[in-house]
Amino acid sequence: MPSMVEAVPLTWVLIVAGGLFCIGLFGSLSRRNTIGILFGVELMLNAVNLNLIAFWRYLEPNLVAGQVFALFIITVAAAEAAVGLAMIIAIYRSRLTVNADEVDTLRG
Amino acid sequence: MNILIMVIFFLLSAFTLLAGLMVVTVKNIIHAALWLIGSFFGVAALYLLMEAEFIAIVQVLIYVGAISILILFAIMLTRHVTGEGVRQLYQRWWIALIVAAALFGLLIVPTVFNYSWNTVPPVAPGQTASISSSVQIGTAFMREYLLPFEIASVLLLVALIGAIVIAYEERSTRRKVLTLAEEVALRQQRGEPLRDVPTAATASSPETPAANVPSQP
Repeated sequence: MPSMVEAVPLTWVLIVAGGLFCIGLFGSLSRRNTIGILFGVELMLNAVNLNLIAFWRYLEPNLVAGQVFALFIITVAAAEAAVGLAMIIAIYRSRLTVNADEVDTLRG
Repeated sequence: MNILIMVIFFLLSAFTLLAGLMVVTVKNIIHAALWLIGSFFGVAALYLLMEAEFIAIVQVLIYVGAISILILFAIMLTRHVTGEGVRQLYQRWWIALIVAAALFGLLIVPTVFNYSWNTVPPVAPGQTASISSSVQIGTAFMREYLLPFEIASVLLLVALIGAIVIAYEERSTRRKVLTLAEEVALRQQRGEPLRDVPTAATASSPETPAANVPSQP
């Protein structure tokens, strides 16, 4: 039974995950819309999960720690998305905008 | 067979990265959300290719099923002023591009070129590789990861209550939904274009067909 370990080197998976992380970083730094910023954060969390699963499969496939950590990260991402979107809705209600550069009450 | 896996990996990675790029660059935020769903699917397929089938199913259930729907609802609830025609990126977005590209270089160069990963040896033909299964994950959650598991459930409860408290609005203070005329006034006050507001809204009688109304400047 051929597996991905023999076919694809680990570094290629790492490059894909790093690329996804940097795309997410660019998105969360450059978007004006706060929902777009959340998109970037979700992409970064996905890239981290991809890295964890790749390390689990290529380095320690006998241990469950890699998959367990990925599951915990998915849980935290779900909580983060729920609270973040609730905050965006609350901000929109009070200020009628979701653009991050217009919500500048804390600006010095 | 290895070539086939390699080709599948390349196609999936290209799709995932392309969908991620579309997420951060596309103008319409709903299109970005749909591309984000595509990217989640690509990552789930990569998990499946790496034989982490439980994680792949969880990814589809939670990300594609729950988080995407949550995001689409949030877009729907905040859509009044976030349409097309509004600038979507910061003016100095190229600084973010430089930061992301520099981080990519700093991440990839040491891990790929200066480090040799001792991956597991390939299994002999006829044998099956020993991989931790979903059964072992369930057992681990009930044994050595019991405390983090319970803390994660408490975290989800806290997030649930927190999201309700933050987004809750008492009936007495509830802002009424904007009518079209109010939204037109809001946009004119902000100096935004009136593109996706129906022209019938600004006409005097609502029965007038939209095609006969002269378009607004």
